[in-house]
Amino acid sequence: MKKVFLIAAVLVLILAAATGCSSEQKETLSVLNYDIYIDKDLLKEFQEANNVTIKYDTYATPEEMYIKAKAGASNYDLIISSEYMIERMISEGMVNKINFDNIPNYKYIGEDFKNHPYDPTNEYAVPYFWGTLGILYNKTTVDASSDSWEMLWDESHSKRIIMMDSQRDSFGAALKLLGYSMNTVNEKELDEAKALLLKQKPLVMAYITDGAPDIMINEEADMALVWSGEAVAAMAENENLDFVIPKEGSNIWIDAMFIPSTTKNQPLAENFIDFLCSKEATLKNIDEVWYSTVNTEALKEVDEELLNNPAFNIPQEDIAKMEMFRDPKEFIDLYTNRWTEIAAE
Amino acid sequence: MVKKYLSKIYMGIIFIFLYAPIIVLAVFSFNESKSRGNWTGFSLKWYIELFHDHDIRSAFYYTISIAVIAAIVSTILGTIAAIGINSMKGRTKALILNVNYLPVVNPDIVTGISLMILYISFNLDFGFNTMLLSHIVFNTPYVILSILPKLKQLDVHMTEAAMDLGATPMYALRKVIIPEIKPGIVTGFLMAFTLSIDDFIISYFTKGEGVTNLSIVIYSMARRGVRPTINALSTIMLFVVLLLMILINKRSNGVEKKKLKREV
Amino acid sequence: MKDRTKYFAYPYVVWIFLFIALPSFLVLLYSITTKESNGLTTIHFTFENFKKFFNPMYLNILWDSIYLAAVSTAICLVLGYPAAFIISNTHISRRSTLLFLCILPMWMNMLLRTYAWMTILGNNGILNNFFSFLGLPKVNMLYTRGATVMGMVYNFLPFMILPIYTALSKMDKGLLEAADDLGANKKTVFRKVILPLSMPGVISGIIMVFMPAVSTFIIPQLLGGNKNMMIGNLVEKLFILNGDWNFGSAISIVMMLIILLSMSVMNKFDIDKEGGARLW
Repeated sequence: MKKVFLIAAVLVLILAAATGCSSEQKETLSVLNYDIYIDKDLLKEFQEANNVTIKYDTYATPEEMYIKAKAGASNYDLIISSEYMIERMISEGMVNKINFDNIPNYKYIGEDFKNHPYDPTNEYAVPYFWGTLGILYNKTTVDASSDSWEMLWDESHSKRIIMMDSQRDSFGAALKLLGYSMNTVNEKELDEAKALLLKQKPLVMAYITDGAPDIMINEEADMALVWSGEAVAAMAENENLDFVIPKEGSNIWIDAMFIPSTTKNQPLAENFIDFLCSKEATLKNIDEVWYSTVNTEALKEVDEELLNNPAFNIPQEDIAKMEMFRDPKEFIDLYTNRWTEIAAE
Repeated sequence: MVKKYLSKIYMGIIFIFLYAPIIVLAVFSFNESKSRGNWTGFSLKWYIELFHDHDIRSAFYYTISIAVIAAIVSTILGTIAAIGINSMKGRTKALILNVNYLPVVNPDIVTGISLMILYISFNLDFGFNTMLLSHIVFNTPYVILSILPKLKQLDVHMTEAAMDLGATPMYALRKVIIPEIKPGIVTGFLMAFTLSIDDFIISYFTKGEGVTNLSIVIYSMARRGVRPTINALSTIMLFVVLLLMILINKRSNGVEKKKLKREV
Repeated sequence: MKDRTKYFAYPYVVWIFLFIALPSFLVLLYSITTKESNGLTTIHFTFENFKKFFNPMYLNILWDSIYLAAVSTAICLVLGYPAAFIISNTHISRRSTLLFLCILPMWMNMLLRTYAWMTILGNNGILNNFFSFLGLPKVNMLYTRGATVMGMVYNFLPFMILPIYTALSKMDKGLLEAADDLGANKKTVFRKVILPLSMPGVISGIIMVFMPAVSTFIIPQLLGGNKNMMIGNLVEKLFILNGDWNFGSAISIVMMLIILLSMSVMNKFDIDKEGGARLW
């Protein structure tokens, strides 16, 4: 009995020491980001160059991030999220103004990505990546000549269509097909979109976010609603895949870095933002993440192949037809309730 | 005779059902390509990738450390509590037992959410401590449930006899009670450890600050699709668990043999 | 002298108040209050959240979860009882091996066990490739209700086998001999002696499978493709996605009530709460 107790005590001590060791007296930076949205080597690089520790957390949906932040269950120094959620957090005073003196590399961020409604004065966020929503499809089995969101409602591909487990994106496709705005709060329009999505449900193989590229690469489905970066990644692994941004128009999104009001180390967070805005870091990130870059310097050195890929180098004529998500504020329930109805069907 | 064959065939089918998926996972962890349906050749590259994966290594470290610490703490807490509860009577005892049983029967999601709400109400920072705390909370009831039956079986008179012979209550506790309930303590510890290693939902709601566990990492990876690194991880876990099982089996067989010898 | 030991329990009593009773109370509090649209919770008591739940859409989700969980539990029972019976009738030297073989999958991480079926059931997964090889048409297996049930059965079968085995193994063999002596044939012995005596184990097993099955959200998500919302998914979404903690808490309270109901049913069958569903 004594032996067991002794061993247990030693184990506990070792573990305590080990956990204690990992948090030496270095400065720490707490970062929250979308899953698989950064080259992890960059974290290592920054930690070593600045002798700090980065505590890195990931999340799947902006709503999740917002809820945890609102409830006071998160103390991050830097968060990367989607523009419409940043818009909401700014309006609720949850975001700190950035001291751009600490971010000289901000000059590399393209003008196209500044002055958007979510941060009109450019005081709160620094763009990270941008992209769009479209249809990834298998050239050998799908006829994409319609160039329309209708493709996702094609009965001949029943059970081989993947939609997103994300209310705004899936609703976005339906709303655009009906010719409405992706930001509508008109109940009649939303009801029509809901009806469309309900009609589609028997044709849907699964509602998946993040998992679609893998399924498409394995040719287990014919088409999927995906973000542009996912399409780039999938197309790189299977030549039969192609990407289309439907003619009715789509969504353009910007993910940006911001500093929440819970930060304990704003200068370090700003340093990290500056680091991520550097050309080298951005290029490494692009290699890992495959999304379109906001960085003008990095864009100059991107692979020829990527520049020829419309999922990366999104054509101007498509951008003209794109809408950015806005924060629906209290009207979000209109979407949420309808989405629950669809999921529960 | 026929019955024997039928029994064997039936158990065979059950075991094939239980093990086929795990074996498929293991086999495909050596597959050269990412494909889950086609074997393209033997390769160890997924194992190499596994060892280089920082996320999995860190999750593995946190999973084990939380499991060990939580199991130890909940075993100590649970043993003391069980001894105390065993001496109680009547309605108080019943009430405590019922509340203790709540984390056992409550769906994990309810336990996880209630703890999340608790931590937020007390303004705690989510991280290693909250996850560890949560594990201790849901482990201890199982420890108590493992020890109480042994305490009930304990011969009351033995403790009285010990004290009649001059032992102090603490000594009686150490030298009489604890050795008798040791199997219960060990079972409780193992259960707590197993539950911690396997936990997903409660950890999911109470994690933070870069601290994550294996289940959560596997969940994030699985959501993105099939990745043979997960297969490699599961094969390694299979071997470790198999080894542990064989060791425990040997140990309990050894104990059985000793008991038989004593009786002879 | 002995009386002192009951004080040992006091620290734990404080503990369970803090970490079991208080959180449950907080959940209850959330369930009977409402949220203002700007996020503040008003201490304004209402049953609105519960009323919201009594909407056909949500009741359907609850019913569907109970249905799928019940089907899985039934399958586990049908598969598990004979297995437990066979093991309990095996010679003691081989019993522990058989038991360990049943327990080992439980020690494998549940996420991995679920993931395993993702790789097997896919359209280009191993089963479908095997069918193609035999010249059979491919079957759409993944992301169906069947896949969800399969996932639940696979994950929880050992939880059914072990309690039934425990009950069967504790049975007094003398009773069987007596029944045999009194002229009963094997079938009658089973029906009248073995089955009733194994009931506590069966009830334990049913509870241990049904509970996690009804409240899981990973299995309908990973294997069901998010097409069948179960009550676990609903609660998770309410807390993590919609931020409607009040409604989510109300549903959690409903789930807890269902469990307390089952607990009282369990009590009728004399399940020993002081050792109950022990797996070892």
